[in-house]
Amino acid sequence: MPSWIAVVILIALALLFTIGSFVGTMVLKPRRKDPVKGEAYESGMPPIGDTRGRHNVRFYIVAMLFLIFDVELAFLYPWVVLYSNLDEQLFLFIEALVFIGILGVGYVYAWRKGALDWKN
Amino acid sequence: MDGWEWLIVAIKCVVILLIFLGAPLILVLVERWTLGRLQSRIGPNRVGWSGTLQTAADGLKLGIKEDLIPRGADKLVFWFGPVFLVVPALAAWAIVPVGPEVSLGRDIGLWAVDLNVGILFFLAMGSLGVYGVVMSGWSSNSKYAHFGALRASAQVISYELIMGLAVLAVILYAGSLSLIDIVEQQRGLWFIVPQFVGFLLFVIAGVAETNRVPFDLPEAESEIVAGFHVEYSGMRFAMFFIAEYANIILISAIITTLFLGGWLGWTIPGMEGLTGIVWFALKTGAFISMFLLLRAALPRLRYDQLMSFCWKFLMPIGIINVLLAAGLRMAWS
Repeated sequence: MPSWIAVVILIALALLFTIGSFVGTMVLKPRRKDPVKGEAYESGMPPIGDTRGRHNVRFYIVAMLFLIFDVELAFLYPWVVLYSNLDEQLFLFIEALVFIGILGVGYVYAWRKGALDWKN
Repeated sequence: MDGWEWLIVAIKCVVILLIFLGAPLILVLVERWTLGRLQSRIGPNRVGWSGTLQTAADGLKLGIKEDLIPRGADKLVFWFGPVFLVVPALAAWAIVPVGPEVSLGRDIGLWAVDLNVGILFFLAMGSLGVYGVVMSGWSSNSKYAHFGALRASAQVISYELIMGLAVLAVILYAGSLSLIDIVEQQRGLWFIVPQFVGFLLFVIAGVAETNRVPFDLPEAESEIVAGFHVEYSGMRFAMFFIAEYANIILISAIITTLFLGGWLGWTIPGMEGLTGIVWFALKTGAFISMFLLLRAALPRLRYDQLMSFCWKFLMPIGIINVLLAAGLRMAWS
C-alpha cells in the first residue's frame, strides 16, 4: 500500500506557495486605478465586440475524439499490466486485437468523414 | 508510520519544492544565454556576475509590480488559474525517482513516494494542467487569451493520447506501472533500444505537452501575442513561467526514467546513491538541453499541420507500435 501522504503534502505546499505569494504581493504592489489599464489587450486598440463568441467547431470535434480514444487508452492500461504478467498471452493478444480492431473501424470512419482534417 | 518516517517524507517534499522553485531560475538564465549565443547576441550579462542574478532580479521585479485584472474578467477564475497550473506540476514530482534506495541508518528511497499507479498518476497530473491554461485563458476576457486557451486545450489533449500510447509500450516490457519497478527492469537493457519508436513518440508528445517550440502555438508571439497568459502581470505571470520550466524538467526526468534507465549507470561500490543522482541529473540535463536547442533551431508549425500530424501520423504509429510490441513479446517468451 503506497503512502499518498507525500502527494498530499506537495499539493499543500504548492497551494501555500502560490496563494501565499499572491497575497504577499497584494501588500507589496502599487495600486493605481486607471480605466485604460483595465482594458483587455487588443493590439493597442479599444476591444471590439464580445470575446466569448462563436468559434470553430473543430475544437469540439477534437474534444469528442479525445474522449473516445482516451477511454480506449484507459481500458488498455490494465490489459497491458496483465499481459506482461499472465501466461495465457495468446488469448489476451487476440482479445486486444478485437478491441483495437473495433476502435480502428471507428478511426477509419472518422478519417473518411473528415473529422481529422483541420482544413475544409 | 512512526515519527521518523513522517520527518523523512516532509524533508523530501521540502527538497522537491526547493528544486521546483530553484531550477526554473537557473534554467531561464541558461536558456537566455544559449539563445543569445545561437543568435549571435550576448544575452544577459549585467546583473550579478556576468548576468548570473538576472532571473532572480526579474522575479523580484515581478513580485513588486501591480498585477492587473482586466475589466470584464471572471475575477475568481482569473485569480485561481495559475494556481491550477502550478499545483499539478509540483504534485507530479512526487513519483520521480532520482536515485536508488540508500541506507542512512535506515533505508531511504530517493523518491518521495512509490505509487503502484506511478506513471498513470503522472499522466493524470499532465491532464490536470490543461485546466489551469483553459481557466486563465477563458477568464481573461481577451480575444488573444481566448484563442490561446482553445489552441492549448486541443493541442494538449491530442498529444496526451500519443504520450499514453508510448507509455503503454513501455509498460508491456516493464510489467508494472511503478516508476521504480520500470527503472529496475532496465538493468539489462534500457527501454530505448526495444522501444525506439515509443521513445520518439514520447519525446514529440512531451515537447507538445509543454507548449514548446516547434509546438508553441498556444503562445505564438507573432500571432496571438502570448496566448493564454497575455493579460497576466506581476506574480501571477511569474507562476506561468515557473510552471512551464518545471514541466520541461519533469518531462525530461520522465523520459530519462522510462527510456534511459533512470539512475542506472556505472557506479562505484558503496556510492550507488550518489552516482545514481549524478547519472539521473546528467541524462535529464541532456533532454533539457534538447528542449533549449529545439527552440533555437526550429520554426513553428501551422495549426492544421500540428493536428493532422498528431491524429493522422502519430496516432496510427502509436497503436501499431503497441500491438507489435505485444506480438513480439509473445513470440519471444
